[in-house]
Order: sequence, then C-alpha cells, then structure tokens
Amino acid sequence: MCLAVPGRVLDLSGDDPLTRVGRVDFGGVVQEINLAFAPEADVGDYVLVHVGFAIAVIDEVEAARIFAHLDEIGELAEFAGPLGAQP
Amino acid sequence: MKFRDEYRDGAAARRLADAIAHTVTRPWTLMEVCGGQTHAIVRFGIDVLLPSDITLVHGPGCPVCVTPVEYVDKAIEIAELEGVILCSFGDMLRVPGADGDLFAAKSRGADVRVVYSPLDAVVIARANPSRQVVFFAVGFETTAPANAMAAVQARREGLTNFSMLVSHVLVPPAMRAVLEGPGNRVQGFLAAGHVCTIMGLGEYGPIAEQYGVPIVATGFEPLDILEGVYLCIRQLEAGRSAVENQYARAVSPGGNRAAQALMDEVFRVIPRRWRGMGDIPDSGLGLAGGYADFDAERRFGAVATSEDAVGECISGLVLRGERKPPECAAFGVRCTPERPLGVTMVSSEGACAAYFRYRGVTAAVGGTR
Amino acid sequence: MSGEETIQLAHGGGGRAMARLIEDVIRPVFADEELARGHDGAVLGVDGPIAFTTDSYVIRPLVFPGGDIGSLAVNGTVNDLAMCGARPLYMSVGLILEEGLPLSLLRRILASMRAAAAESGVRLVTGDTKVVDRGKADGVFINTAGIGAVVAPALIGPQAVRPGDAVLISGDIGRHGIAVMAARENLGLEMAIESDCAPLAVPVLALIERGIAVRCLRDLTRGGLASAAVEIAETARVSIVLDEAAVPVRDDVASACELLGLDPLHVANEGRFIAIVAPEDASRAVELLRGYPVSANAVLIGLVRAAPTGRGHVSCRGALGVARAIDMLSGEQLPRIC
Repeated sequence: MCLAVPGRVLDLSGDDPLTRVGRVDFGGVVQEINLAFAPEADVGDYVLVHVGFAIAVIDEVEAARIFAHLDEIGELAEFAGPLGAQP
Repeated sequence: MKFRDEYRDGAAARRLADAIAHTVTRPWTLMEVCGGQTHAIVRFGIDVLLPSDITLVHGPGCPVCVTPVEYVDKAIEIAELEGVILCSFGDMLRVPGADGDLFAAKSRGADVRVVYSPLDAVVIARANPSRQVVFFAVGFETTAPANAMAAVQARREGLTNFSMLVSHVLVPPAMRAVLEGPGNRVQGFLAAGHVCTIMGLGEYGPIAEQYGVPIVATGFEPLDILEGVYLCIRQLEAGRSAVENQYARAVSPGGNRAAQALMDEVFRVIPRRWRGMGDIPDSGLGLAGGYADFDAERRFGAVATSEDAVGECISGLVLRGERKPPECAAFGVRCTPERPLGVTMVSSEGACAAYFRYRGVTAAVGGTR
Repeated sequence: MSGEETIQLAHGGGGRAMARLIEDVIRPVFADEELARGHDGAVLGVDGPIAFTTDSYVIRPLVFPGGDIGSLAVNGTVNDLAMCGARPLYMSVGLILEEGLPLSLLRRILASMRAAAAESGVRLVTGDTKVVDRGKADGVFINTAGIGAVVAPALIGPQAVRPGDAVLISGDIGRHGIAVMAARENLGLEMAIESDCAPLAVPVLALIERGIAVRCLRDLTRGGLASAAVEIAETARVSIVLDEAAVPVRDDVASACELLGLDPLHVANEGRFIAIVAPEDASRAVELLRGYPVSANAVLIGLVRAAPTGRGHVSCRGALGVARAIDMLSGEQLPRIC
C-alpha cells in the first residue's frame, strides 16, 4: 500500500515549517524531501519517506530491538528443541 | 540500504519462523491489512516459511484496488476535457474504469501526467496558469497528509487552476467491515505500519476490545512481518486481544501530530464506497469546507455511483480475506493481469496480481515444503 | 550549415537540400570507403555463414546519462550480432528525422555513432535519410540492420539449452533503465547512475574462441533480466532457477528501484548479457569474462533444470530461501506509491 523508503538527512533548508526541505540520501540516490511532518529531523537522522515527504524520524534504538528480541527467541527455541519448517 | 537490508536476513527470518512454529498449538487465521505487506509476504515467501497452522489472508489494504470504478471514469472524463492536465500517481494509470484506463486516455491524446509527489501537481499548476490542473488524490492515511499539503500550498499561492479529485479511504473502518462480514474468519490483524505511523495506535484499541482480536502494528520487511505474526500468535495462544506495536522504529502511540493536524485542516471524514466491499460509513476523506473550492467534483461534476458488477469475479471476497486468489475458479485461467476480471488482479498491489506474479510456480527451491 | 539550424522538410525531399545534408553533415562522420562510393547499396564479401539482424531505436530522451540514441543504435546492433555468436562486420543506418530537430543535436548523435562503430570495428556502409513532419517522430528514429560472420562452431540459441547448464550474467543490472527513466521523468533525483550502454562483442567472441561450450546468449534490453530469462526458458521448455542474492545490483541502482517501486529484474539494460553454458565450463567462462572491462563483474546466477510439465518457466530464490515465479512485465513499467 504505502511505499516508504528509509534515507539519511544530508542537509536542511528553509525556515517555514510547511516548506522546510532536506536533501536525503537513499543509499547513493539523493532527493529533496519535504520535512513538514518531521519537524524534529536533523542532519544525520534517518527518515522514512513517502511520496516526497518524511513521515517519521526512524528511532534507531527501536530499530535494533528486533535483533535483541531474536536472540531471546533463539534461546527459547534452542531450549525447546528443533521444530518447525526449514526452507 | 540501511534500515531495509538488515530486515531481509534469511537466517533471522528462519529463526522467527521457528519461534512461531514453537508457539502455535492450533490453527489461526490472521489478516495483513496492507497491500505492501501482501506483496512482501508473497514475494519473499513468508507464508511458505510459516507453519501450516497459520493462514494469512490478505486484506483490503490497496487504495488503488478499492477506488470505485466511477472515480476512474471521472478522472478519465476530466482528463479528456480541453486544456486539462490530469496528474496521478503511477499506480492509478492502469486501473480500468468502465471503458479503458487513464493510460489509454493518455495514448488517445489526453494530457495525463505521472507525479511522484502531490506537490509536483502544484508545480505543474503554477507553471500552466491558463490550464486546469486536476490531481487524482488516492490513498490511505499514509498519503493523506502529503495530499493535504498540496491543497495548502495551492491555497497559499492563490492558485485558481488547481483542484483535487479525492478518493481517500481509511483503514480502521475497513477492518471493522471485515470483522462484521458474515463469512469472516480473521482472528488477528497485522495493522498497516505506515498508516499507524501517521495515525498512531489509538483507533485500534476499541476494535481489539469489541471484537476480541489482537492487533499488531507491523512493518513491511520480512523480519517485521514475521515478528508481527509472532506477537499476534503469542497473544492468540494466550487468549489476549490487545494492541501491540511491532513497528516501533516508525510508529509511536500518538502517531505523527503534524501530519494529523494538516489532515484535520484540509479533510473531513465522510462515508465512502469501497470497490468490492460496498458502502462503509465514516471510511473516507473528502475536502473540508475551507478547501471545498479545490474539489474537482465541484468544478467538473459529482461522481455518480452505481452497483458493483458481479459476474465470476470474487475480488470482494478476496479484499475481505474470505477467499484467497488461488481459490477462485477463474484465477489464472479466465482472469490474468493481461485480461483481469476484477480489481485485485488489475492493480499490481492486489492480492490476485501478487499471487499470479510470484506463485506461478509454488515449489520452494531446494526446500522441504 | 551552422549549429542553430534545424532539420526542415526540404532536407528529406531528395533535392539539393538533402544532398547537402548528406554530404556536409552525415557522410563525413562515417568516412567509410564503401559509403563514399555513393551507390544505392553496398557490395560486400563475407566468408561462411552470416548473422543478419535488424532493430529500430525510438528512445526518449535522445540524450541520457551514459549515451544517446546514436551509441544505443550502434551498440544494440553489434550486440544482437554478438548474441548470434557472430563477429559484427557491417551495418546500415536509416535515419528518420523530425522537422525541427536541431542540427547540432543531429551532429552529436552522428558523432556518437561514429565513435561506437570505431570502438567495435563495425563499418557503417549504407544508409538512408528521411524527414517527417513535426510531431511525427520523437526527434529522431533510427533503424539499423547488421551483418556478422558467425564464428561459433555450433548453433547458439534456446534449442541448445539443456538441464544442468549454468546461467551467467556479464555484470550488474538496471543502470540503463533507471538512468533513462530519471532523465525522462524529471524525478529530481541526484545520482551517479549512467546507462550501461556498451558493445559486448569482444567478451562474447572470447568465450566462443576459447572453446567455452556456449548454448545460448541473450543481451538484456527492455524488460530486463526477467524477460530475457523467460523468453529463453519458454522457447527451450526448461526451468531456469535464479539466485537473487547472486544477481549483481549496484547499491544506488537498488535504492533508485526502491524509491520508484521497481523490481531490478525488470529494469532495462543495454550493455549486459546472459550466457548459458555447459556446467563444466562455467567457472572458466566467468573467469574469462572478468578479464574484460565490460564484463568485469560477471558471475554465475542460476541453473537450468528440466521443466516437469514441459512448460518453460523461470523462478528466483529470494532472500529467505523461498522461490517465486518470475514473469515478463505486462505493459510499461510505471513507478508506484503503493
């Protein structure tokens, strides 16, 4: 439904909150993105971008959490014994 | 690409699939709401990795799919008017109306332009003061703030040649409609992560409670979806029905306030007809009073509504998750992307199109399933 | 004739204006003695079996990062001949010019053609020029025909493909399609992605001349790797299984595809080919290809298997180890928001 792509803010410009933009680097491709919906975004932050607008600043702590969770889950699975489909 | 590639790790995915297999003790049916999630599931084969006790059904999370055919017809009608420039996201160009699609209208000479951002349409309006520029504003809550910004910019610049044909839909009412359906088999939801990024989690609590279904706000990469399934199954096995947030790197409980504020200024909630699902109250967005003069239906005539054609197509049942595409007798036989019978096959985000594209061959390579 | 001038209908009229255009602008760029003889056709000699190909080029925009319609036309023709296992020898060039085309742009395109021809050693020996009314061509349409001398000992094509064969690709995919789409659609993207438009005859002939058992060759154009693989699989009635992790995609190309909602497997290329070779020759073939700049990133990407139902198809093993079906694009690629 809603393609949103993560990218890193390289620079910011504009004082008007509605038209504040930033150049965002998506793995080597840079595009100017409207930051009206991510007023807290700063240079170096990662944002999620949908149709030319940043819709969120990515919380890097939360982003790493899934991998810590995986370690927990992995331990439980080992304890219980191998089970389930292997691809 | 950071924040994408690491969520596609095969080993991590299999660990999550194992964890799910350890947790599940009986059959469960989950619905992922968003077309982007459907795509990821079918493309990466997530459903193949999951234990057979878990059935994933695909929901109506494709705004392209659920846009009534009359809106496409209206867009074509407007595009074919002298001097009009019709701007649209690429997704809408191949959705057929009663008589062809916008792409065909373009090849007949209508000035139809693909835009990547709603603001591109405003730029076009500014650059062509003597022509009427109409933007086909389709989408869920994720796209609504951006579309709202187009109206705000147009107003600021005093553009009189810009208008929007609005066919916005909202997700939570659609989830309720699915749960109310007589054939409903959904027991838990993976909520649409980017819709939640905008709107937060507040709307889902009442649904979880009223219908006794766990709802997990879930992202779009394989690890997100697998973790979402894990959290949902864990709740179901424990008899819980709460709202959980798998996609916390993008979703906060209150959502994106700045985006919501702009949506409140430009749009108001209205009833909408959903292709394949009929009328759902309070399920759409239309322009609010202050922006009514940007409404293309005011300038070019209101969109007429009519009954959905029936026939062999079961896209309505597919959108509600009551059938899966391969269960349709016409699937792949009389209904293909080249000759689609219904909207879930036409739109590349539709469940039928996704299955057709990625499941022509069902065997997992080198696998045991 | 000065740079500000444009093509007029008179330039296609068969009279003095046309003669001057050909004499002053077109012919000097090619400087081939066969062309200079000024006959209606070229008379040439070729030993042994010949490969014969034709193609037309209608790209928009005419000039894009990494090339233009001229280099595209020459390289495309050279590559079609190479895919037949033939050394490219001669080409014809038919130009259809739109009234109003700036002469400076025409000169630029012709210069590209000359440079590309010189690079490949293919001779432009005959040609034709027509002019059509404004609006009837996107600036320039180019048609070519190419003749090559077949050097492959055995017939190269889908019919030679067998279960067990190895599928190789000559380099990373998607650059051309992204570069052209970005240039055409004003996407506002800053990127260093250029078309991969390039001649492929040298590495292809090297494979053949060094005794690699080449079953089938296909250069990737519109429709990308997916279309090429599907065409071969369906014609040969085999199953081609690709490993997505092995298919090289440059990071920035992958990012551009994400942004536009495109699958790199479907994005156009103009300087890449797949080679299906006997399994015992696969490693040697990859090593050989890597010795040439245009195929420096050659790699094994898949295998051929028997198709159980007799219907040829392509599947791709993804990041999670599960296979998905790969088909050709239906219709034109459009960027998505959904």
